[in-house]
Amino acid sequence: MKIKSHTSNKIPVSPSIDKVGVEERVARFQSRSIKNEAKKQGLNLVLSMIDLTTLEGKDTEGKVKQMCYKAKHLHDHFEGIPQVAAVCVYPSMVAIAKNELRNSSVKVASVATGFPSGQTSLALKLKDTKFAVEQGADEIDMVISRGKFLTGEFAYVFDEIAAVKEACGKARLKVILETGELVTLDNVRKASDIAIYAGADFIKTSTGKIQPAATMQVTYTMLMAIRDYYDETGIMIGMKPAGGISTAKLALHNLVMVKEILGTNWLSNEWFRFGASSLANDVLMQLVKIATGVYQSNDYFSID
Amino acid sequence: MSRIEVLKTYKIFIGGQFPRTESGRYYTPLDSKGKALANICLSSRKDVRNAVVAARKAFGPWSERSAFNRGQILYRIAEMLEGRQAQFVDELMRQGSSKVAASNEVNLSIDRIVYYAGWCDKYNQVVSSVNPVSSSHFNFSSLEPMGVVGVVAEQSTSLIGLVSLILPAICGGNSTVVLASEKLPLCAVTFSEVVHSSDVPAGVINILTGSPEEMAVTLASHMDVNALITSNLESQLSNKLSLLSVDNLKRKFDYEVNWVEKDKQALHYISDLQEIKTTWHPIENVGGASSSY
Amino acid sequence: MITFQLINMKKELNDNWDYSSSLEAINHIQLKKKYNLFIDGKWIAPSKNTYFKTINPANEETLAEIASASKEDVDLAVKAARKAYKNVWSKMLASERAKYIYRIARLMQERAREFAVIESLESGKTIRESRDVDIPLACNHFFYYAGWADKLDYAFPNRKIESLGVAGQIIPWNFPLLMAAWKIAPALAAGNTVVLKPAETTSLTALKLAEIIEESGLPPGVVNIVTGFGETGAAIVNHPDINKIAFTGSTAVGKIIQKALVGTSKKVTLELGGKSANIIFEDAPIDQAVEGIVNGIFFNQGHVCCAGSRLYVQEGIAEKVIKKLKQRMESLYVGDPLDKNTDIGAINSKEQLQTIEKYLKIGLDEGAEMYQPKCTIPKKGFYCAPTLFLNVAQSSIIAQEEIFGPVLTIQTFRTVDEVIQKANNSPFGLAAGVWTDKGSRIFNLTSKLRAGVIWANCYNKFDPTSPFGGYKESGFGREGGLHGLSAYLKLS
Repeated sequence: MKIKSHTSNKIPVSPSIDKVGVEERVARFQSRSIKNEAKKQGLNLVLSMIDLTTLEGKDTEGKVKQMCYKAKHLHDHFEGIPQVAAVCVYPSMVAIAKNELRNSSVKVASVATGFPSGQTSLALKLKDTKFAVEQGADEIDMVISRGKFLTGEFAYVFDEIAAVKEACGKARLKVILETGELVTLDNVRKASDIAIYAGADFIKTSTGKIQPAATMQVTYTMLMAIRDYYDETGIMIGMKPAGGISTAKLALHNLVMVKEILGTNWLSNEWFRFGASSLANDVLMQLVKIATGVYQSNDYFSID
Repeated sequence: MSRIEVLKTYKIFIGGQFPRTESGRYYTPLDSKGKALANICLSSRKDVRNAVVAARKAFGPWSERSAFNRGQILYRIAEMLEGRQAQFVDELMRQGSSKVAASNEVNLSIDRIVYYAGWCDKYNQVVSSVNPVSSSHFNFSSLEPMGVVGVVAEQSTSLIGLVSLILPAICGGNSTVVLASEKLPLCAVTFSEVVHSSDVPAGVINILTGSPEEMAVTLASHMDVNALITSNLESQLSNKLSLLSVDNLKRKFDYEVNWVEKDKQALHYISDLQEIKTTWHPIENVGGASSSY
Repeated sequence: MITFQLINMKKELNDNWDYSSSLEAINHIQLKKKYNLFIDGKWIAPSKNTYFKTINPANEETLAEIASASKEDVDLAVKAARKAYKNVWSKMLASERAKYIYRIARLMQERAREFAVIESLESGKTIRESRDVDIPLACNHFFYYAGWADKLDYAFPNRKIESLGVAGQIIPWNFPLLMAAWKIAPALAAGNTVVLKPAETTSLTALKLAEIIEESGLPPGVVNIVTGFGETGAAIVNHPDINKIAFTGSTAVGKIIQKALVGTSKKVTLELGGKSANIIFEDAPIDQAVEGIVNGIFFNQGHVCCAGSRLYVQEGIAEKVIKKLKQRMESLYVGDPLDKNTDIGAINSKEQLQTIEKYLKIGLDEGAEMYQPKCTIPKKGFYCAPTLFLNVAQSSIIAQEEIFGPVLTIQTFRTVDEVIQKANNSPFGLAAGVWTDKGSRIFNLTSKLRAGVIWANCYNKFDPTSPFGGYKESGFGREGGLHGLSAYLKLS
C-alpha cells in the first residue's frame, strides 16, 4: 500500500471516550490466549517490530555501537531470529548508528524537537529536525507541545507538527503525544486526531521518560483514531507504543489489539513498532522455551 | 531433659512490618501472680508519628478497594484467627483469664470479625439515600470513610476490646493506628501477626504497645488523624484527649460498652466513622414524553 | 429507512495470524456417569428409576445421566426440607447460619475452575464467560448473602421479620450456577430451606453444588436438588407444603405458574423474558457504545433475559454505528466453548436453535435486511452466527417477540421523547441501555423508561448488591441487594 502524502487544515471533532468502557474492551483483548503456532509467529513478529532505544544523557559512541550490533544479532545461537526494525538515538548519535547499520535493513530513528520536553522555540525544533535528517535519520520521533495542548491551543499544536513534517523531507515522522502528561483518554484521542491530520506517519505514545507510558487503554484509543482515519480517507497511519511493554505477553496482547482493530495489513514493522529495551530478551526467552520446552534464564541472553 | 522453648519477642506493628520501638524502651507487665509476662515495647511519640504516616499512605488504596474485596479480606482475618485459637487462649490465660472465659473471648472475637466482614458491602445500602428534592435534580447521599482513625483500646481486655473497635473502622474503609491495653498487651501483638497473614494491606492496621497517657496524647493532637475512638477510658484522660482533638476538629467517639456482651456489635459503630457526601445532578425533562402512553 | 455504504474492509480483517486453538484443560474435573437426586443430605435414586441424558451442545456428546424426579420424589424433598426447617434451620442462631453460607462460598471459590469447565461443557457458554463472569458472580452471591443472615433487622427496620419456611425454586439454563446462587443464597440467609430444580439441559453444576453443600456440613434437608423436566417443576409449584415459589424462565411458563398459585397462600416471584431497548444518542462515546451493543446481545449467545435485543440509534449517527458494529462483529469468533478464544459458544439445545432459526426466517419474510459476518461454524453441535436485522420497524414481529439468541434488530429515532415512547412500547420491561455523554439526559431517561434495570453507558453489569428484576410482563420481585431479601421473608 503506497503512502499518500497528506496534510489537511481540518482539525476534526474527536469522539468522547468512556474510560470504564475502554477498560472492559481492553480486558477482552487481554484474555485472548495465544498459543503454539500463533504464539511463535507472534513472537517473531514482535522482534521484527522493536525499535531498540538508547536515549540517555550518558550515551556514548561505544554504547551506541554495541546496541547497533545487538540490533543485527539478537541471538545468533538460534537460526531464523529476525533483526529489529530500527534503533532510536539522539541526533548526535545518528551518524554513528547509520554507519554501524549500513549493510542491514535496520533503520535509524532519531528523536528531535527538543526531546523529551519540547520546551524550546519552533526555530530550534526545526533546526534539530533538519540536523538529524542530514545526519542520515530514516525516521524522526518528535514531541508535541503538551503545555499548548492542555491550554486548548490546538491550532498551535497542529501547525507545529505540520512544520516539522515539512522539515523531515523523506524521513517518516513519528509524533510523540506523551500520553502520561495528557492524562485522560479524551485528550489522547484528540491529540491523536490532531497529529494524524497534521501529517504524522506514525503516532507514538510516550518519550519513555515518565510513567505511565504505553498502557493498553492508551494504545487502544490511538488505534481507534487510526481506524477512523483509515475509514474516512483510506490512508494508513502507523502506531508505536513506547515504554512499559517489557514482557512478551504484553507485546502479544498489543498485537491482538492491532489485528482485531486494524487488521493484518498493520501487522508489519512498516506500520507498527514497539519502543522497548528489555522486551527483546523476554521474547527471545519465550521463543527458546517454545523450541526447547524448557524455561530460560537471563544469564543466557546478552544484555547490551 | 525437656526441650528448651524459643521465647517470643513482642514487637510493634507498623506499615505491615514488625519493628521495635525506635526509642528502645520497654516495660514489663505482670501476670495475675506478679510474675513478668514479657518485655513489651514502650512505644514513643515517634512510633505514633510513623504509624500515622503508614496509615495515611494505606488509606487511599484501602478505601478505593471494592467493598466486596474488603469483606473478603476481613473474613480472612477470621479464618486466620480461628486457626490460632489455642495460642490466643493460652495468652489470655497467662494474662489472668480462666480457660472458659478465654475460650469465650476468642470465639466471640472470631464471630465478631465475621459479623463485620458481612457488613462491608451492605452498610452503604442501608444508610445511603436518594433524596427527593423539589428541584429537577437527582440527589443522592452516601457514606465515605473518614481517613486515619486513632483507636485507644480499653484497658480491661486483651483481645475483644481491640477487635471490637478496629473491625468497624476498617470495614468502612478507614485505616487505623491502635494503642493496645497497657496491662494486657500480649494479644494485641499476636493479633497483628494474624492481620499480617490475612491479605490486609500494609498500614491499614498499625498496633502499638506502651503507655496510653503518652501515646494517646500524641494521637489526639496529631493534625493528620481524622477521628479518635476510645473505650471505657477514665474521664480525666478522656477530657484531655477531647481538648487536644479540637485543633483539627477530629471526630471523637467514646464508647462505654462491655464488649464481652454478644450484642455489642452493630451498624452504628461503622457509620460513626463515615462522612456523608451528597451529590446533585440535573435531570433534564425534554418534550412531552412521560411514562403514560 | 437508512442506507449505508460497505467500505471495503473484508480483505484486511482476520486473514492471517489466526489464533491457534487454546483449549481449556478438562482432565482435572470430576464427573460421575450417573447422578441421583440430592434429598435430605443423601443421594437417592428416583422412585420411578428414570434417567435422562445430558449432552454437550458443542458436539452433541453425552456428558452424564441425570435422574428424573417424579411427584413422589418431589414430595420426599419437600418433606425433608420441612423437617430440616422445623427442627434445625429455623432454630439455629442467625450468625451460625451465616457461617454455613460463608463455607459454601469459600468451597465454591476453591473449586471454581472445575465449576467453570463443567458449566461450559453442559450449557454451551464460552469458558471465558464461565471462568470470568458466571462462577465468580455465583461465589460472590453466596458470600454477599451470608453476611445478611444476622442483620435482617437492619434491612427492614420497624417490621416483624420471620422466615417463610420451604421455598420451591425453578431455574433456567442460561446461567445455571449463577441462577442457583441467586435463588439459594438469599433463601438460606433469610432462614428458609430449599427445594431447587435446575433446567433439564443444565443440571450438572447444580449437582456439583450439592456436593459442596455436603462438604460444608450444612444440615441435611436444608437444600435439596431435584432434577427433571417440566413435570418435576409442576410438582413443586403444586405441592401444598411449600410456602414460596421462585421462578426464572419464559413469560409463558411464568403465567402458567402464577395461574396455578391462585387461591393458595404461596408467595411468588417471577423473573421472566424481555426485549430490552439499547438506546444510542448522537453524543454517545461511540466506540464504547458499539462495545455495549455487542455485550448486550452477542455474549452468552444472546441467551440473556435482559439482552439489549432492540437497538435504537439516533438517525444522524446510524450509518456510522452500524458500520462500526459490523467491523466489530468481524472479530467475534464462533466456536468450541472450551476454546479460550471463542466469543460466541454453542446454542444451548437443538430446540432453542430451531426457535432462533424460526425468527430469522420471520425476519426475512417481513422484509428486514439480515447481516451476518463470515464465520466458520463447527459441523457438529448447535451454533448461530451473530446476526443483525436492519430496516426493522416497531411493528415487526422480530422487534416485539423475544428471540433469545444472538440476533439484534436495529431501528432509528430522531428525538428523545420519540425513543422513550418506542422503548416503553412493549409488554416487557426488564432492562434498558442508554448511551449519551450528557448526565442530565441520562437521569431523564432513567426516570422515564419503564424497566427494572437501566444501564447508562454500560450494559449487562451484575453485582450481588444490585437489585435485578423487571416491570410488566418481565416479572415481579427483585433479586440481589437488600431488596432481594424481602422475597424470602414474612414482613408484618
